[in-house]
Amino acid sequence: MANSSFDVIIIGGGPAGYPCAIRASQLGLTVGLVERDKMGGVCVNIGCIPTKALLYSAFTANMIRKQAKDLGIEVGEVKVDYGVAMRRSRKVADQNSKGADFLMKKNKVTVIKGTGVLTSATTVQVGSDTLTATKGVVLATGSRTKGIPQVGLEINKTSVISSDEALFLEQVPKTLAIVGAGAVGSEFADIFHAFGSQVTLIEALPRILPVEDADSSDVIAKSFKKRGINVLAGVKVVKAEVTDNSVTLQLEVAGKAQSVTADKVLMAAGRAVNTENIGLEKVGVKLTDRGFIQVDPTTLQTTVKGVYAVGDVAGPPMLAHKGTREGEHVAEVIAGHTVKAIDYTNVPSVTYCHPEVASVGLTEEQATAKGIDFQVGRFPFSANGRARATDETEGFVKIIRGKQYGEIIGAHIVSGHASEMIGELVMARTNEYTVEEIDLAIHAHPTLSEAIGQAALDSMGRAIDM
Amino acid sequence: MATKVVMEALSPTMEEGRLVEWKKNTGDAIAVGDVLADVETDKAVMELVARAAGTLINQAVPAGATVPVAAVVAWIGAVGEAIPGGGTPAAAPAPERRADRPPVVIEATLGVPGVASPGATARIAATAGSPAAPVGPAATDAPRGDPAVGAVSPDGRMKASPLARRIAADKGLDLAGVAGSGPEGRIIKRDVEQMSVALAPRTIAPSGEAFSDVPVSQMRKTIAKRLVQSIGPIPTYYLTAEADMERAHEAREALLARDDTSKFSFNDFVIRAAAAALRLHPWVNAWWLDDRVRQWHDVHIGVAVAIDEGLITPIVRHADQKTLREIAAEVRELAGRAREKKLKPEEYTGATFSISNLGMFGIEEFTAIINPPEAAILAVGRIGQKAVVVDGTVAVRRRMRITMSCDHRVIDGATGAAFLKTLVGMLENPLALVW
Repeated sequence: MANSSFDVIIIGGGPAGYPCAIRASQLGLTVGLVERDKMGGVCVNIGCIPTKALLYSAFTANMIRKQAKDLGIEVGEVKVDYGVAMRRSRKVADQNSKGADFLMKKNKVTVIKGTGVLTSATTVQVGSDTLTATKGVVLATGSRTKGIPQVGLEINKTSVISSDEALFLEQVPKTLAIVGAGAVGSEFADIFHAFGSQVTLIEALPRILPVEDADSSDVIAKSFKKRGINVLAGVKVVKAEVTDNSVTLQLEVAGKAQSVTADKVLMAAGRAVNTENIGLEKVGVKLTDRGFIQVDPTTLQTTVKGVYAVGDVAGPPMLAHKGTREGEHVAEVIAGHTVKAIDYTNVPSVTYCHPEVASVGLTEEQATAKGIDFQVGRFPFSANGRARATDETEGFVKIIRGKQYGEIIGAHIVSGHASEMIGELVMARTNEYTVEEIDLAIHAHPTLSEAIGQAALDSMGRAIDM
Repeated sequence: MATKVVMEALSPTMEEGRLVEWKKNTGDAIAVGDVLADVETDKAVMELVARAAGTLINQAVPAGATVPVAAVVAWIGAVGEAIPGGGTPAAAPAPERRADRPPVVIEATLGVPGVASPGATARIAATAGSPAAPVGPAATDAPRGDPAVGAVSPDGRMKASPLARRIAADKGLDLAGVAGSGPEGRIIKRDVEQMSVALAPRTIAPSGEAFSDVPVSQMRKTIAKRLVQSIGPIPTYYLTAEADMERAHEAREALLARDDTSKFSFNDFVIRAAAAALRLHPWVNAWWLDDRVRQWHDVHIGVAVAIDEGLITPIVRHADQKTLREIAAEVRELAGRAREKKLKPEEYTGATFSISNLGMFGIEEFTAIINPPEAAILAVGRIGQKAVVVDGTVAVRRRMRITMSCDHRVIDGATGAAFLKTLVGMLENPLALVW
């Protein structure tokens, strides 16, 4: 090909790779980006974005069923069509992918279609072409869904599926078992239940959304159970009997055997990183014990000089926004800037089921385990005027305040709009604001965000509205 | 990639500095922390220290020049490297000031034709983009959290996070001059935590009216913090014993009758006896240090002294090696200076055991709160005459109750009880102290 030498070559055009490309270009570097599929990666095409579109359909269906009458709106029988919702979600995903294409053009990033393989610290093979990087190679190859073959749950794309297939179904299965109740599993439970599936949500750890605060898990578990989702936590999948149109899971619940039969099983228990067949071993890029690419915590350089890793392959948490920041960061490293290590304790975590769960910092359990002297401030949305007006009283804001200095040890929000609200607390933690700075800010009335101010006050023992 | 060296605000009020003398010349190798030049501020001649390593590739300012704070005075980079931004080796880019402030006229030798646009950037970018970079607004080229030259911005504002300020206020640390490691040199929690104790000159106020407010609030804070620490995370239990003080009383009367030049109290006697007992009980003469218990070989006893603002525990060092007379004199002297707030920090920190006595207030018995990391404190009540059974008959005796608060993480019940038994034995038989 004509231009095969760049300052930077990025393998992977997902939420870590493409911002890396843009930032590098902003800094005056020439960039080649290798992408084997559509721009935007899993996030844009078969992850974050289309699921949000489907969750919006699910939310609206539930809202009309539950609340329309009370709101003074008469509708006939509510009929749902997953196929229609799915096609809308595809449109949204495609628009976003095209947006990424546009950004590449705008920033003069050369996109090379194909699978990139590292052949040396400075060369990447794409098909028969060899690309040369003069300043750095960035690995942003992401992750993929995985099954649990040990118990017979190999993804067969018919009865045992992953999010990759779930996002393209024309209609929902009558019965669906979801293995794994983290963010992905919980979001799909919400979606498929709203579209009429009988859903069983299965989690091996003692509670659903196991990385979130126990209080958050509780609210979601209750909300799910109330609407008829079968929630099973602390459950081990012992064995699966798989046919083309049904799966029977043998479970162990508190030492007792139980079984669940469903038309389909959706695997949502973790993802595998894409580190195979990209030349890592040959070039000497080492992996960690857990299979991620080993990187320097400040520069994200791998064990090979001039080769960097960002996003899911660079280690947990496997979140798009964490990858994005890493991508931008590495572009600055390659451009020669002196950088400070990314503070991973301030990466927010969000689950977009309804109500949403968002958090930053430690959970109460973690704070206790660390021996931190803290006080919890809490404010329920049932005491928030705006939440009552819009019938969204499920959930709370919880702020874990360091007793001595008032710093925000952790913050947890469960609300219909938690994902949008957590930003205030991420901002506060990132800048080392204490609860007193949160309180200093005047929160508009009536808003859900008032609950943040009230939780901050409550952590000091002086909430006004409660 | 070259790094700027700028005139730093070496005092909080400094707006410009005179570069008195270059300590490094062009071509010299520079390590972080090297003194580059002497700078005369509005208050003193101070050292301008290198924040980056490399080679001094350019002195932008001659010795003797007066330069505004934040103006570039030199560049550190690789040998032979050009200065970013197209400056010639003799030239210095314009000082970086906030756009809303007028440029400060500096000496004519510093004028830089064509580059002098003082308002061009409000951020202190450590480096410019590569020469091939498209010229855009400066801010887009500055990375997040770029390294900075110091925590005081050109307008004199101290950059520190609210949390860092709070911790510093609590610990009495002065943040002026601290190099922050946060974005743009902002002082963050980590920096305050890493500040050495040596940087804490404000712990106890010297005498004099100018500082009378500060020690009060600092002390109250410290008291509160310590009490909360004690009542919360320290698993405390209490042991009470009663000592017959008849013989101690007789001994004291006899000594006072013999020598009226020296006075001593029962408390001095308790200190002396406790010191002797502590030598025999290393688990009580100890500190809890989270991952270890430190048993002290020497005995340093903190003696609680009430003063106007609260209380303080001056320390009788090596109390086990001192005579009663020496202890009595020392306690009186320390208490006197404590009330005048003239104690030095080393005179009230580092006790291995503490004693609090409220007997003079007629308190029968009480419990004292452990002063961590010490493992125990002894609370001493009044000496009063009581009817007690001695050898089968009721007799009137002078009795004193003592209660020891023990940190159970260090001292188990039997350990504490054994110590009290030794102590009571010594109090009841003063001769044991000279045995």
